Amino acid sequence: MSEKLLSVQDLHTSFFTDAGEVQAVNGVSFELDPGEILGIVGESGSGKSVTAYSIMQILADTGRITGGKILFKGEDLSLWTEKQMQGFRGKNCSIIFQDPMTSLNPVFTIGDQMREAVVLHTERRGAEADARVMELLELVGINEPAKRMKQYPFEHSGGMRQRVMIAMALACEPDILIADEPTTALDVTIQAQILELIQSLQKKMGMAVILVTHDLGVIADMCDNIVVMYGGRICERGTAREIFYNPRHEYTKGLLRSIPNVNNMKKKLVPIAGTPINMLNLPKGCAFCPRCDAAMKICLTEIPEELVINEDHKASCWMNVKAAYEEVAGQ
Amino acid sequence: MSETLVEVRNLKQYFPVKVGFARTVPLKAVDDISFTVGKGETLGLVGESGCGKTTAGRAILRLYKPTGGEVLFDGEPVTDKNIMLMRKKMQMVFQDPYSSLDPRMTVEDIIGEPLDVHHLCANRKERREKILELMNYVGLNAEHARRYAHEFSGGQRQRIGIARALAVDPQFIVCDEPVSALDVSIQAQVINMFEDLQEKLGVAYLFIAHDLLVVHHISKRIAVMYLGKIVEIADSDELNSHPIHPYTESLLSAVPIPDPDVTRARQRIILEGDVPSPLKRPSGCPFRTRCRYATEQCAQECPTLTDRGGDHQVACWVK
Repeated sequence: MSEKLLSVQDLHTSFFTDAGEVQAVNGVSFELDPGEILGIVGESGSGKSVTAYSIMQILADTGRITGGKILFKGEDLSLWTEKQMQGFRGKNCSIIFQDPMTSLNPVFTIGDQMREAVVLHTERRGAEADARVMELLELVGINEPAKRMKQYPFEHSGGMRQRVMIAMALACEPDILIADEPTTALDVTIQAQILELIQSLQKKMGMAVILVTHDLGVIADMCDNIVVMYGGRICERGTAREIFYNPRHEYTKGLLRSIPNVNNMKKKLVPIAGTPINMLNLPKGCAFCPRCDAAMKICLTEIPEELVINEDHKASCWMNVKAAYEEVAGQ
Repeated sequence: MSETLVEVRNLKQYFPVKVGFARTVPLKAVDDISFTVGKGETLGLVGESGCGKTTAGRAILRLYKPTGGEVLFDGEPVTDKNIMLMRKKMQMVFQDPYSSLDPRMTVEDIIGEPLDVHHLCANRKERREKILELMNYVGLNAEHARRYAHEFSGGQRQRIGIARALAVDPQFIVCDEPVSALDVSIQAQVINMFEDLQEKLGVAYLFIAHDLLVVHHISKRIAVMYLGKIVEIADSDELNSHPIHPYTESLLSAVPIPDPDVTRARQRIILEGDVPSPLKRPSGCPFRTRCRYATEQCAQECPTLTDRGGDHQVACWVK
């Protein structure tokens, strides 16, 4: 197989707070091929955003990568200097954030902010940089770019601002675009516009996209491959069809049961019992075990190993091990 | 349809907005909407942000003073004079479980406040028993009573808010985006609780939300709002399978469905542009600027809701 564009291996990221160490990401591994759309799905506190920030190395001051490797085209990013990382951000890998209202600076015009990205990462200056900014704005479907450049963020709607963020992220045609909940703050019809835009740009430019979201609908719509996270660990990963039609982790199964069923809307939902995990106080075994109906003795004490279900699907749940044993015993 | 409990007639809610030095213009947040909610029924109210769905819910409970129109509860108009009485029958659950509970009150006092306001309990013992019963309804333990709101998770706080709304034994609850601040797995817990309570207590809901899948699941009928107007009302299954209004059609097609094969097979209708500002409403039909079927007539006159058979009402000239 060809070299992976991005390979995350056993990543551990912690935040050191007054209340103690919060292990936000606990041994996460996944790979990204060029031109692939990978979805990371999970609830709040599952570590999906922290995983994305770790790749970009833009963690808050209290956060630190405590273990594991992130390989970009085979090179270990942890060995790179901050200077090299600055080149990496923007040129190789860009990120767009959830809230387009706060991720733009309110006191500078759209043109100023976009020009900064262009000047920082390319050789273009002056009129040439302006031309590039206009070209980018046009690319993301903003009409009258020359006029828009002179306006401030408050003069744009949420959807427009998210388009500006995307245009900025694409300034240097990165290999990877990380989209952290890009449509959560937007309305359904605007969400459809933005998702369509990301899809069409991805096809046009051939970049890889990591889409971080809690919305299973968006994931089903957009992604080739899916990583399901809970409590800082990966529950399972595989192709979209495998995850949705053949879930092999109790958490994924529960998640799919707790949303309205498309084929039978009036069917009663089956919620996952209990409350979301407290990251300060992780269970010893499987993170999902306190909320899991099928929990066994081993789940309490041992963290499940990742098991290969088939070539498109890996899952970390003791139930699969049990099923495998039973199959062998039955034969 | 079951017996009518709440009837909203030509409700209007305008807010004055300052433009320039001494001039104000009305922002028509809710502009002439009418609908009914039957006893023990759930009516879903959907629309995008700024369409007036929250304002509609609040205006029904007279949290604002409506500019025009009236609300009838069991045939009796809700007025400023009888509002204290009416709020014993109509209650509200708010969107944000973090800001809708007083951080300096214990759970017991939060749930007990409506009981005190309406003098529903004769003595402390009775009050305490009632509170514990309510907490039991919404799945909270008795030991939670002395705690403060910050000690709870989002889902639990929403349960406290629901217990508070239930305290006066209302027949009608306006639920304003009650699950949108919650995680998916917790959402299902709260939705199920709403359904169980309806079964047990026969309470009717006006369920305001922007998540169409959730609204379809919980509602018997759905009303779709756009820029302060109701554009379509129908039975929820009917609306989802046969939307008539072009806005409903595109709204439904834009919802990502959590099923890869289904969602990728269907045709998305992408609307151009943004929702216009309510201050600069287009003339005639409010949706015409984004509508692919818009004609001359749409620019001149605003369509009203007309019955298309089977209790399916649509406000559109073309369709």
